[in-house]
Amino acid sequence: MTEYALEVENLRKSFGGHVAVDDVSFSLKPGGSLAIVGESGSGKTTTARMLVGLERPDSGRIRVVGRDRSNAARGKATRLARARELQMVFQDPYLSLDPRVSVAQCVEEPLRLHFGMSPRERRARRDELLERVGLGEREADALPRRLSGGQRQRVAIARALATEPKVLILDEATAALDVSIQAQILDLLAEIRRDTGVGYLFVTHNLALVRHIADDILVLYQGRVVESGPTRDVLAAPEHPYTRLLLHSVPRPGWDPAQIAADRRALATALREARAPSAAAEPARHDPDAAPTRRSVTP
Amino acid sequence: MTAVPIHRRRFLAPLARITGGDKLVGAALVVLIVLILAAVFAPLISPHDPDAVDLSATLSGSTPEHLLGADQSGRDVLSRLIFGARTGLLGPLMVVIVSTVLGMLIGVAAAWYGGVVDSVLSRAMELVFSFPALLLAILLVAVFGVGLTAPVIAMSVAYAPYVGRLARSVALQEKARPYIQAYKVQGWSGWVICVKHLLPNIAPLILAQSAINFGYALMDLAALSFLGFGVQPPTSDWGAMINEGASAMLQGAMLPALAPGVAIVITVVAFSLVGESIADRVARREER
Amino acid sequence: MTTRLLEIENLNVRLAAGRAARPILDGVSLHVERGEAVGLVGESGSGKSVTCRSVLGLLPEGSQAAGSLRVDGEDILTMSSNRLRELRRRDVSMIFQDPRASINPIRRIGDFVTEGMRAGGVPQKDALKRAEELLESVGIREPRAALRSYPHEFSGGMLQRVMIAGALAGGPRLLLADEPTTALDVTTQAEVISIITRLQAERDMGMLFVTHDLELAAAICDRIYVMYAGRIVEAQSAERLFRRPRHPYTSGLLAATPRLESDQPPHGVPGRPVSLAEAPDGCAFAARCAHARPGCTEDEPVQREIDGAQVACLRAEELIHD
Repeated sequence: MTEYALEVENLRKSFGGHVAVDDVSFSLKPGGSLAIVGESGSGKTTTARMLVGLERPDSGRIRVVGRDRSNAARGKATRLARARELQMVFQDPYLSLDPRVSVAQCVEEPLRLHFGMSPRERRARRDELLERVGLGEREADALPRRLSGGQRQRVAIARALATEPKVLILDEATAALDVSIQAQILDLLAEIRRDTGVGYLFVTHNLALVRHIADDILVLYQGRVVESGPTRDVLAAPEHPYTRLLLHSVPRPGWDPAQIAADRRALATALREARAPSAAAEPARHDPDAAPTRRSVTP
Repeated sequence: MTAVPIHRRRFLAPLARITGGDKLVGAALVVLIVLILAAVFAPLISPHDPDAVDLSATLSGSTPEHLLGADQSGRDVLSRLIFGARTGLLGPLMVVIVSTVLGMLIGVAAAWYGGVVDSVLSRAMELVFSFPALLLAILLVAVFGVGLTAPVIAMSVAYAPYVGRLARSVALQEKARPYIQAYKVQGWSGWVICVKHLLPNIAPLILAQSAINFGYALMDLAALSFLGFGVQPPTSDWGAMINEGASAMLQGAMLPALAPGVAIVITVVAFSLVGESIADRVARREER
Repeated sequence: MTTRLLEIENLNVRLAAGRAARPILDGVSLHVERGEAVGLVGESGSGKSVTCRSVLGLLPEGSQAAGSLRVDGEDILTMSSNRLRELRRRDVSMIFQDPRASINPIRRIGDFVTEGMRAGGVPQKDALKRAEELLESVGIREPRAALRSYPHEFSGGMLQRVMIAGALAGGPRLLLADEPTTALDVTTQAEVISIITRLQAERDMGMLFVTHDLELAAAICDRIYVMYAGRIVEAQSAERLFRRPRHPYTSGLLAATPRLESDQPPHGVPGRPVSLAEAPDGCAFAARCAHARPGCTEDEPVQREIDGAQVACLRAEELIHD
């Protein structure tokens, strides 16, 4: 059996009566790149937050390099071990750095917490990390408010890489950036993956982006996986109507928003009708169409 | 640029930041500095001994010898006013320090742990809210006797929920920010995150509230002195001075009661202005 | 020649006096004809939003504007405040990016949609009837019930429709849309865009559509202006801009946008977008431009016409052959 970097089985989470994540399973090979795609309310962010321990799943299993992390971390050792396995870069570069901590400190903090380095080794490693993300000495001394959005996101990446995680979760990490900067960050991420073999889990709603950054894709709709598989195949021949809807929603010349709006309503109606009769007998697991989760990443 | 102005600018920078170019706030800040200096150097600058009796000047009104006149016992009102600034500022200072520390602890703990801890702490704060502060002070006077101790304890307890409620709501907001979550993901303990990152970031807003509270605490403590539960005559205290001066008013001498009254109003307004200004600055910084 | 619906000529905006004094817009000229959808595209600091808001007379606090900004031949900059209010109520409307921040949360939807009409002297009953029609036209089911609801009862996409309904209440001839779908999901974006474009065509409104998304602008606009550092660097028809961008910045933006139909990975533009205040002498884009020559940092490029496109690049003519 292959050792997966990240393995998720039957993850479930509800808030009050609302089921946010429903029976989600997937896995990520070491150094692989997987994109979780869906719109707001699809459960993609909740899934990511459960992986790093910011939310507790109701049921299901999460394993990183074979080690289980489904339950709350007990004790400092577990907490630190988990932090060295999985790190996260958040969407908003303006809120994801402590405004009072300089860039250099921000990168040194995790080094101090996780590794018994001498101050000199720590500084050297910090400079290496900052250089890795394309920041120099001038930025190192600065406070976050002196930096642009793109530079801040670079700092966040350097900080996340400091613990040498096996998998990096990128939660809409480029969505708030200017287009010309987004491409720079994507280049940087690709380079880092090539050099370090870290795996990526992208959380995004932008399918055009997914096409260029992810090997595999997982489409979530209302908390459930509706389609998954190699990005190239899924985008070339989407089988689930929701995936098709997402694809058509990406603006391009000759784009027909009115048609998309009609499709979207049709999909919602079909879903409502499919759920209503079956609700009494058995909770509807899949969508009305014949081919829901045909392709699955799980072995 | 030469070294001297830079040095001086660094010294004055925090003050300049608080005023933010607003003349009114600048004036308020000057008032506060003058008050503090007066309180500290009271023995040096007051023209007379505050307790010295000059019966020839009793209720004299303003004279070159007694700029703000003398009270019914013939004591110099200006000197008593200057010495009164000591208890007048010391009391609220202690109230603000204790209530801020207490309120921050309660508020941040409630926000961070949530759930049962939050419910218990929030209910406790509501309980204190619903209990009249002055009544609490009067009850404590029965325990500790008259003087500054009982009112300060009572006011500290009474003001803590105001700070606590604010601290809780600000901390809740801050806790949801990604940078705090990034520290959690990094593996830091909740304690370290709170002390090193959350508290310093919410502190300016809380301190702004505390500066405003300072004025209110001063007024409450003066009210207690006025009612005879606080600082006792013959110690000079603004509240007590108004009480003593009230009878002089009937005899047509306004200054003994009016002067401390004006001092209280100016001080309260000054603290409010400075507090609001800090709060505004924090809000503006947040916007960016 | 008939007057244009919107004509901005040589608009300069700068923050006046004080330490924060800085230029924001430099010589911005653009126009929108009746029934035409015009895109204004740029990244952060480009001044696209300032340009858009200035049409309503909403200039940044403490700023001074020079140049002319005419709606149907009437200059906004010299207009009386009474006339400006009337103009905002009747002739020009704006859809903002964040509906939740732009709609008063404690007032009912009905109040929001009818307030402009009420201020214009329409009786309550007629205004409500009209509001109901408007809500229906933006695809809100049970518009009568919606009138009595509060903003928090709506999702972001639904609330953006309400804002569109409110913007259309005065029967405007010019619609300003400032990133109206940036805060929405992709599928919701498509739906909101379809409503905007349908109503724009039905009512023969002119539209100035501000966005950072070149693809989106190209998908729905007739012509596009591209802004960089407070200046317009390129303007041409959407279709041709996409096929043949003339300014290196436009090509850079196009190359940086990840695309579904292309195997070409997105390619970043080095450096970061600057604002006019930070822009160096000469061409503001020179420092990031792959085609820059020493001369580019000395002379400020003048906008000129090349093959039906307006371009402000010193090397535009040479680069055509590349």
